[in-house]
Amino acid sequence: MKKKFLALVTASALALSLAACGGSSSSAASSAPAASGATSGAAGSSSGTFKLGVIGPLTGENAIYGQAVANGAQIAVDEINAEGGAIQFELKSEDDVADGETSVNAYNNLLDWGMQVLVGPTTTGASVAVAAEAYNDRVFMLTPSASSTDVVSGKDNVFQVCFTDPNQGVGSADYMAENMAGSKIAVIYRNDDPYSQGIHDTFVSEAAEKGLEIVYEGTFTADTATDFSVQLTGAQSAGADTVFLPIYYQPASVILNQANAMGYEPTFFGVDGMDGILTMEGFDPALAEGVMLLTPFSADDTDELTQNFVSAYQAACGDIPNQFAADAYDAVYAVKAALEATGCTSDMDAAAICEAMVAAMPTITVDGLTGQGMTWSSTGEVSKAPMAVVIKDGAYTLP
Amino acid sequence: MKKMKKSTRTAFLTYLSVILMFAVMYALDSAGMLTRSLSGQLVPICCYMSMAVSLNLTVGILGELSLGHAGFMSVGAFSGVIASMYMKDIIPSVPLRLALTMIVGAALAAVAGVIVGAPVLRLRGDYLAIVTLAFGEIIKDLVNCLLVGYDSKGLHIAMNLTGNMSINDLGLEAGGVAIIKGAQGATSTLTIASFTTGFILVMVTLFVVFNLVNSRAGRAIMALRDNAIAAESVGINITKYKMMAFVTSAALAGAAGALYGVNFSSLQATKFNFNTSILILVFVVLGGLGNLWGSMVAAAALTILPEALRQFSDYRMLVYAIVLILVMLATNNPTLKNMLGRLKPSKKQEKEAAGNV
Amino acid sequence: MEFLSYLISGISLGSVYAIIALGYTMVYGIAKMLNFAHGDIIMVGGYISFCAISYLGLPSWVSVLLAMVVCTVLGVVIEALAYRPLRSAPSLAVLITAIGVSYFLQNSALLIWKAAPKVYPPVVSGSLKLMGDQLSIPYVSLLTIVACLVIMAGLTVFTSKSKMGKAMRACSEDKGAAQLMGINVNATISVTFAIGSALAAIAGVLLCSSYGTLMPTTGSMPGIKAFTAAVFGGIGSIPGAFLGGLLLGVIESLSKAYISTQLANTIVFAVLIVVLLVKPAGLLGKYVPEKV
Repeated sequence: MKKKFLALVTASALALSLAACGGSSSSAASSAPAASGATSGAAGSSSGTFKLGVIGPLTGENAIYGQAVANGAQIAVDEINAEGGAIQFELKSEDDVADGETSVNAYNNLLDWGMQVLVGPTTTGASVAVAAEAYNDRVFMLTPSASSTDVVSGKDNVFQVCFTDPNQGVGSADYMAENMAGSKIAVIYRNDDPYSQGIHDTFVSEAAEKGLEIVYEGTFTADTATDFSVQLTGAQSAGADTVFLPIYYQPASVILNQANAMGYEPTFFGVDGMDGILTMEGFDPALAEGVMLLTPFSADDTDELTQNFVSAYQAACGDIPNQFAADAYDAVYAVKAALEATGCTSDMDAAAICEAMVAAMPTITVDGLTGQGMTWSSTGEVSKAPMAVVIKDGAYTLP
Repeated sequence: MKKMKKSTRTAFLTYLSVILMFAVMYALDSAGMLTRSLSGQLVPICCYMSMAVSLNLTVGILGELSLGHAGFMSVGAFSGVIASMYMKDIIPSVPLRLALTMIVGAALAAVAGVIVGAPVLRLRGDYLAIVTLAFGEIIKDLVNCLLVGYDSKGLHIAMNLTGNMSINDLGLEAGGVAIIKGAQGATSTLTIASFTTGFILVMVTLFVVFNLVNSRAGRAIMALRDNAIAAESVGINITKYKMMAFVTSAALAGAAGALYGVNFSSLQATKFNFNTSILILVFVVLGGLGNLWGSMVAAAALTILPEALRQFSDYRMLVYAIVLILVMLATNNPTLKNMLGRLKPSKKQEKEAAGNV
Repeated sequence: MEFLSYLISGISLGSVYAIIALGYTMVYGIAKMLNFAHGDIIMVGGYISFCAISYLGLPSWVSVLLAMVVCTVLGVVIEALAYRPLRSAPSLAVLITAIGVSYFLQNSALLIWKAAPKVYPPVVSGSLKLMGDQLSIPYVSLLTIVACLVIMAGLTVFTSKSKMGKAMRACSEDKGAAQLMGINVNATISVTFAIGSALAAIAGVLLCSSYGTLMPTTGSMPGIKAFTAAVFGGIGSIPGAFLGGLLLGVIESLSKAYISTQLANTIVFAVLIVVLLVKPAGLLGKYVPEKV
């Protein structure tokens, strides 16, 4: 026993000494600025403290996305509570490691806690699994970032804040057809990732319709995401001058780096998963010069709402927020707006709140970080305009 | 004769405890006395118990280390999902559909078991382990490429080996349903699994394994484990008995996978990766090699543990890792083991049986 | 020309696998255990050198040394706390403990360095242009290949000539007999872990330099691949690990290029299976017939 205790002590001492090397951060959310911007359609008489659950991968290889969602939601909740309006929130975030089974467990755990509204889960696969449960239990679910249409289809009480995959694939193809006609396109996507494959599929079919020329398609999986020289060489020798990357920013940064090392300089075109690349610690923004992306959120925006959010996020978490955090922030405000429209009180049960919110969602309009005048259809999809930006001197600019 | 009796007694005691546990949990669940969190885990726990028992057949009883057991679970899960979706309109009775789903899962996993087992079982020790790992990864990659849908003409199946195909290339009629969409996996499964089915699955698994172990074939398999050369010299057919144990183990894993597959509305191939194989191996080793009862307890405990640790929030998985290491040290360190052995003399025999591998 | 560039990127990838596999194979040869935490030591090495360069502003070579020192200490501590108490336990128990250690390291890294991927500043940058710019070879690939060759040669000489190396080989043959001949088995195993972990640190730096980013799970997949490489070449054999690593990298790269990017891993594993069926102890492993 003594030895094991010793083992534990040494291990934790080691962890602490290593911690000295990492960047310092405090998880305690500090003073949140007053909210501005988010507005609701109609003001009801909703009141009380509602229990809000958040689910996302807080550990494991997708932890970056889940942590951003949890932090973004926390900032919105802190703001709303500090403002002291009739609606107050209590927030609890649970880890799902981006896995369906664990996500359902997290969801059940939150129900035990007394969750009334669910903001989550973060990733697509987990969201589909939880959405089926939430549909059966009649719990209102608003996912900040799960973009597949499978999440919302056939479930009247499930809504999305982010763009759907088809929306992004079609949007990208349309943009290219309009502005970059005649270019030879290569696509590199991750084919064991529902998000990436979803966008790829819709992009390819829309591209065929618009007469875009796709000269190369390369794939990779989580297991082979370290070396892209083969895919890049393939794209280069196929003569591609535009490379479409419907992937997240971490592999994208590796691709940009390796393309640069090879001396291959096409126009890279990304989607919302690309956002965050500029704020990666140690990333050389020069590599991303000229990269185009469709994104709903930019941490560089100068409007007051974004600036307040970014500074609050930095004060609380130490990093610059990405679009996952922004989506979660908007999700909390959307929940607030919908609650205001319904006149629910916090002593109502989740099912009653759910029915009222399902009716209220299509009626509200939210001006958030990820879009002005966001509205929802009764099928659960959000309507907001994607913004095409190009990276210039390490910042997003309009092309 | 005496030994025979003892093994029969162990089997009956195990059945009895499982039935008792089921009755208690079922009663608590129906009375609404379980937390949502626990009652939601009942089916996965049954699946993992069954996985652990079936892997114990390979690792504990046959004595070959397998690092790809999740691959068979994957085959069972996806074939089960296809079967259950396809039969949705043909067979309205849910229990019958569930039974058929699990049979299909088991059958296809058994086929996979034969394909994998034929080459693998010629190898020994860690080389065998790495080849099972390789097969597990290959199955994962292939399932990742799978596109399946059905319409009035029947099932449409395609392998997206080039990376250029999508579900649209299946050529489904209007009104056709996509069941598995490559990396997106199965996303619209009807969840028909129930705790009772889980219980039946565990009972069937136990029944099959106990009967195999206590039969002539089972004794041959254990003789192979203890000394292959001696066993061969008395006329035991190595390949036949190894295959028998391996394929049975794969089929049971397939049935468990099928139940798992229809318990969640979404399922991706990446779920059944190396880490899942390892997790099941952890159940087996922790529960004791050859000890079926131990496997089940370990599977249940280690499935609930990460959930029970949610109060540690960010430190949850770290605590889980520390608990795992400490438990392994506590149960395997000779000094500690002797201490435990002295406290409970009756445990000693079990440990000896477990340590034989 | 394309073929050459695919080949070189394969060799460079293979060299990283080979360095990791050398660590695996040393530990396996002597301690007879599969150290699944090895991949996570690579990740720790990567983070330490990242911190040294980015936060402390140290030059790259100092950061590599620092990473080696930290990883060596870490490896020895892990061995002493988690593996040594299980020396007489069944090998599966040690395997599970190693997996526990792997979870522990990954989750500690997640808490210390957070989930956000870091971009690793390459230790060397730029590339060598050959044949009128048609073929470009990143310098980091050349460095990786050279480092791999030097390490392989060094280890071969060390195990065959030095006293400690001989002790290692003795332990690998028969621990009990080695003990009787006056060899300190525990110390020998500690040294093995120290060397293996130092190699992991170097592999970590090279892996991150080639592939740019660093996350708490960076080490797991290369770890599994390197394990495969070690078995491929014949586990326990130093030239075998080298050969296995190189072949694995080249097969992966070429199958991505000419067969399917989708199935690169499948092909690697399929080749492994075929090789093991033909040579059940790996390419250069000793086949020990079972005796009664």
